Amino acid sequence: MFNLRAEIENREWVPWRSFRIATWLGWQIESNWTDPFLFAVYSIVKPLASALILVVMYGVITNGDFTSPLFPYIYLGNAFYMYVGAVMTGVSWSVIDDREHYKTLKYIYTAPVDYMAYLIGRGVARVLTGSFSVLITIGCGVAFLRVPIHVAAIDVPLFGVTLVIGILLLALLGVLLAGLTLVLAHHAGYLGESVAGALYLFSGAIFPLDILPAWLQPIGFLMPITYWLELLRRALIGSVAEAFPTLAGFSNAHLLLILLALTLVFGVVSVLVFRLCDQRARALGLIDQVTNH
Amino acid sequence: MPILPPLEKDTGWRLFLRTVIGRAYPRVVGMQRERSWLFFEVMLPTLAVAAYVFVYRAMRAPEEYVGFVVVGGAMTAFWLNVLWAMSSQLYWEKEQGNLALYIIAPNSLMAILLGMAVGGLYATTLRAAGVILLGSWLFQVQYAVTSLPALLAVFALAMTALYGMGMMLSSVFLLLSREAWHLSNLAQEPIYLLSGFYFPIKHFNFWIAASASIIPLTLGLDAMRQLVFPSGATLGFLSVPVEIVILSILCVVFLVAAQGLLGYMERLAIREGRLTESRR
Repeated sequence: MFNLRAEIENREWVPWRSFRIATWLGWQIESNWTDPFLFAVYSIVKPLASALILVVMYGVITNGDFTSPLFPYIYLGNAFYMYVGAVMTGVSWSVIDDREHYKTLKYIYTAPVDYMAYLIGRGVARVLTGSFSVLITIGCGVAFLRVPIHVAAIDVPLFGVTLVIGILLLALLGVLLAGLTLVLAHHAGYLGESVAGALYLFSGAIFPLDILPAWLQPIGFLMPITYWLELLRRALIGSVAEAFPTLAGFSNAHLLLILLALTLVFGVVSVLVFRLCDQRARALGLIDQVTNH
Repeated sequence: MPILPPLEKDTGWRLFLRTVIGRAYPRVVGMQRERSWLFFEVMLPTLAVAAYVFVYRAMRAPEEYVGFVVVGGAMTAFWLNVLWAMSSQLYWEKEQGNLALYIIAPNSLMAILLGMAVGGLYATTLRAAGVILLGSWLFQVQYAVTSLPALLAVFALAMTALYGMGMMLSSVFLLLSREAWHLSNLAQEPIYLLSGFYFPIKHFNFWIAASASIIPLTLGLDAMRQLVFPSGATLGFLSVPVEIVILSILCVVFLVAAQGLLGYMERLAIREGRLTESRR
């Protein structure tokens, strides 16, 4: 039960308190708009439909040959990519939600809240709902489409470490987009989805990067999500990664190192951009602007 | 003090027409004033189209499937417009505080919805045309139009039925209040799947394809594919004339249903007086 008086008298470290309460708030916003049954249907149908589009496309072209390594490559890449939409887009969307829908952003700014910690906290609920979608999608893939994941063969430590780094990376990218959303006059509502759409193309999520024209491939190699998805696939089904030459020359340790380095770079850039945009939004009085997205 | 002549007010069909033009105006003129849509609504959807094109190429699919993706990807703009700028529009208007003004104004709500549809259709046609032009150029899509009049008829009927459906759903979504946002969100990927935006629906079971045909874009897209791609006719779900007849029926059904539901919603607004309340 939420206790307002206890929260007011709380002497917790501000970023932690902001994060904790935003996590609770985010979960309420994500889940309390309907009854649990409809919420469950909503959480299952949308991700499954998105996966089934690719499954049908694949089935039509290959006449239902789901044994090729390309199928699990596409299926798993698409499943884990749901985190990008959920976390990165979700964090940046919080700005629009608070500013223009609930019209509470100005109060959050005037309260003793660490806004960046608050945004990351709002992302936690998205991680939970996103994880549910990913689990359902992969579960259906294993059960009905013979995606060859065997529990005993999963590299659990690699999977766990990669997943955590990736989610942190996505939250930081979300913070970057949230900063830009604060200062954009037009199309801020499209920003998260647009960037997610672009990354879908360049990160090898649903096709190996070799398929891209040679001049576009370097963009994919600069994106940390490319390495994140590759590591997740390797952790779950090593044989999938071996079937495609794109990153075959790199060991898991190499890929993890690249992912860590790129996460660090993107993380620092995200925090700096957010701080800059935050200051500019305060200076120009944009905190409570309404863009009528 | 000069006495001003009494203001001449439009009534009847003149008022209806002025309302349609007035509501369409911001959607048409807005695009001319804010050119950044060219990037956000043409370039970025093309990236999503490109992702599906490369998936097909990774699968070594026949080249006409690339064309299916380009046309289907462009048509998603219409579905998104109907969902977010038609079906959810009265809900947005309520959130912004305009709905009460719409209801008390002397004009017809049907004219307001029609204006939104006309403006939205114009703006979205430009966006979709942009995606088709850019996608066709990037991926060298080959078209072979077999009958231009049939193609234009299919497009016009599909759009009339689709925007009629949007007008009908706007009343339904308004009554659903804050669940409207989530329902619009939910109605994206499942419709892309069932309506065959990226593959011919002929590959579905007959009854699934027939059920999906309630969405006008399903048959619209199927007929357009048959009319513009060399191998389209072999991949069609039904013949083009049959699809034209069904689309014509859908036009009438959705427009009549839109008027009926709008009337119900207006009566509810008067009786219960809670349509303009904002529950977040």
